[in-house]
Amino acid sequence: MIDEIPKEAAQMLSFFPEVRMVDVWIVLTATATNVACALVGCFLVLRRMSLMGDAISHAVLPGLVLALLFSGSLGIVPMFLGAAAMGLLTTFLTQTLHQYARVPSDASMGVVFTSLFALGVILVKKFVTGLHFDVACVYEGALEFVPFAEPILGLPRPLFTTFAVLLVNLLMLALLWKELKVSSFDASLASTMGFSSTAMHYLLMSLVAVTTVASFEAVGSILVVAMLIVPAATAHLLCDRLGTMVCLSTVIGAAAALLGYIAGRWFDTNYAGMITVAVGVLYGLAVLVSPRYGLVSSIVRNVRMSLRVIRDDLLGMLYRVEELAGEKPLSSAQARRAVGGGWLAKWGLAELVHEGRIENRGDQLCLTESGREAARNLVRSHRLWETYLVKHLGMPLDHVHAPADRVEHYIDDRLRRELEAEVDTAAGDPHGREIPE
Amino acid sequence: MDGFSLSQKVMIGTALLGGMSGVVGSFAVLRGRSLVGDMLAHAALPGVCLAFLLLGTRNLLGLSLGALATGLVAIATVTVIVRWTRTKEDAAIGIVLSTFFGAGVVLLSVIQKPGVGGNKAGLDQYLFGEPANMLTGDLYLLGGVAVVVLAAVAMLFKEFKLVCFDTDFAQSQGWPTLWLDLAMMAALAVVTIVGLPIVGVILMAAMIILPAATARFWTNRLHILLLLAGALGVAAGLLGSRLGHDLPAGASIVLTASTLFVVSLLFAPQRGIVARVVAEWQMRRRINREHLLRALYELGESRLPKIAEIPVKDLRSYRYWNPKSLDRLLQWAVGDDLMKVALNRVQLTPLGLRRAAELTKTHRLWEMYLMQQANIAADHVDRDADETEHLLPPAVRLELEQQLEEAGRLPHSVIDVPQSPHQLESSSETEANNQQSQP
Repeated sequence: MIDEIPKEAAQMLSFFPEVRMVDVWIVLTATATNVACALVGCFLVLRRMSLMGDAISHAVLPGLVLALLFSGSLGIVPMFLGAAAMGLLTTFLTQTLHQYARVPSDASMGVVFTSLFALGVILVKKFVTGLHFDVACVYEGALEFVPFAEPILGLPRPLFTTFAVLLVNLLMLALLWKELKVSSFDASLASTMGFSSTAMHYLLMSLVAVTTVASFEAVGSILVVAMLIVPAATAHLLCDRLGTMVCLSTVIGAAAALLGYIAGRWFDTNYAGMITVAVGVLYGLAVLVSPRYGLVSSIVRNVRMSLRVIRDDLLGMLYRVEELAGEKPLSSAQARRAVGGGWLAKWGLAELVHEGRIENRGDQLCLTESGREAARNLVRSHRLWETYLVKHLGMPLDHVHAPADRVEHYIDDRLRRELEAEVDTAAGDPHGREIPE
Repeated sequence: MDGFSLSQKVMIGTALLGGMSGVVGSFAVLRGRSLVGDMLAHAALPGVCLAFLLLGTRNLLGLSLGALATGLVAIATVTVIVRWTRTKEDAAIGIVLSTFFGAGVVLLSVIQKPGVGGNKAGLDQYLFGEPANMLTGDLYLLGGVAVVVLAAVAMLFKEFKLVCFDTDFAQSQGWPTLWLDLAMMAALAVVTIVGLPIVGVILMAAMIILPAATARFWTNRLHILLLLAGALGVAAGLLGSRLGHDLPAGASIVLTASTLFVVSLLFAPQRGIVARVVAEWQMRRRINREHLLRALYELGESRLPKIAEIPVKDLRSYRYWNPKSLDRLLQWAVGDDLMKVALNRVQLTPLGLRRAAELTKTHRLWEMYLMQQANIAADHVDRDADETEHLLPPAVRLELEQQLEEAGRLPHSVIDVPQSPHQLESSSETEANNQQSQP
């Protein structure tokens, strides 16, 4: 049992008077587990085998019982070997059923792990007497009791094992980075480059099995399952490069450990559960506010785009009204209705008036000089594109307006100059209207 | 119903559960959502805890409603994640499964606090399953759910089938595919949640997958699949609760279902492993026999209509044979009166010659077809035809013959075997050999 804080650590911790050594051990164990899981989890998520951790963590039960029966003790080494062997058997059977018996891959995983789990339950009942088997404990883990485990090399045993697994995972990733990367994204490329993607598959699965087995003694199976998937999925929402994704996922895992622990202390509840909830919340945040793939940013992008199209349409419409000299200027209500109405139309018009591109004289809209300039460019783009479509693609006259209406918003100066070089502007557009300079 | 003993109640209950989870599980397995059952079973935990905290009841119906509520929220969350983010379905299921269960674990530890409920015993039982606690009321609940779910599946059979196999087509036909999909998932949710207190989380997930995956080995038709999966579920329920009377009932039911799965995996008529190994072996044997016949024909072709005696040595050099398999092949052919073997020389019988001629003809017709219609070079067609010839159905052969006939390109030689369209490998050499060996 560790109850004395080393001197240096005590000095460091003296800034945080409420922090006890117990807390440090718990947070360190949770962090080591989360980081170890996140490292291999990235590859699981990318290979769409996220639920392998779930499957393995249940299927190891018969392995544990058999190890207990053969070795006659609850020693860590036989337990570990039994569980790891069963983990590998799970992946092997899943793969074989899928490949040779054509069972869908998710169903084959489900068949294998549930059957093994049932077998384990029966074995426990039949052969393990006098040992209270608490299923709930497997789920929830015993993070609270980590500081009271017997120490190995000065670290509580669960922390020591998870730390060892973390090192193994780091080492494997560093050594086989390229191989894992290529075989995850393009298995056939891996084969042509001369290494077996099947071997990589089983290597990764061994790492997952070892990580799962080593972790869930301390933190419970549910936290392991969450940590294999959620930090990686969160990082995947935030970036597009594998290296960044792996680094980010470890940071997210560590952050979840800390946040979950603090929340667990605060509400005085189960730490493993709270860490799982914390990482779920981080994922939820990423779904909402991820710069590229988040819901908020995609809504903002869509609104911006709609606004731009509406503003362009308003300007273009006013220009065309002016062009048909003698037509009565539009009222703001008419103009808004013509571009689709709604709050976006109102907003777009208000912006244009505010920027001084449109003037509202007694509810009659007319373009200012700067507005006319912008509108002229737009209408020019539109008509150049129509002319181009008719002249070079031979499209019929009544089919060119709609595509031009969509493309006009994207035609910049450079493209406009290229179009000018391609078509003869003097003759006007195919409908016989003048192409403004 | 009160007249039943406990073990009879357990049997009726597990049979009902097995039957309906087989039926709704079939759709889940076909849709590639086998693990949704697992997710629902885990996502029930926070619902059960919330129901207990809010209603203060351990009543099965109240807890089930709570579980159903979070189950439906879980389904909705997965749908939203898959629809609007770049997270894939497997990860989405895993995320919802683990975070919901984690929240449940937190709620459980809240319930355990002295001031709140003090005891989570009833809730644990809900998750880990204990069929022996089944009450008559629970049986009525199971029966009611079974009737409703099966009636819904029967009424929406056509729609479910369409959505299952071709969602895009269903959508283009104007069916509300999203709602039908959700209805399928809701049925799954209801069945999972009534089953939880009986067999527990993991084993409930098994009951969704196993009967359906087992039935899939036996049939390719949806209505048979549903009936079969239902029947297998009932059988697993009855047998499992009967055989394992001193074992945890949930686990023994699941192990019964897995035994049925393994038996089907091995012995199903078409998709079973034994059947497929046998079929593959037969195919390989047929191919070898056909190669033997054709090799003999080609070796003796230059001396037709006289049937040549071919030394086995030539046969060996003409094409690669596994040494043992050539002897076995020859034995077989002699037994079938297709050839005679004497003094290491093989001679086709008239019957064998006709069969060999037919095979050679098919081979050459296909070669010609490849060269003329598919523009494949002459030195590339032999191997291609070698692989395909065994699979050409008679109708295709007739058609090929007819086409070449119409084009006036079907040569008539001794017994209607056209000339090979390419140089036969080592044919000159074998002729030399033949002459040597027949001075």
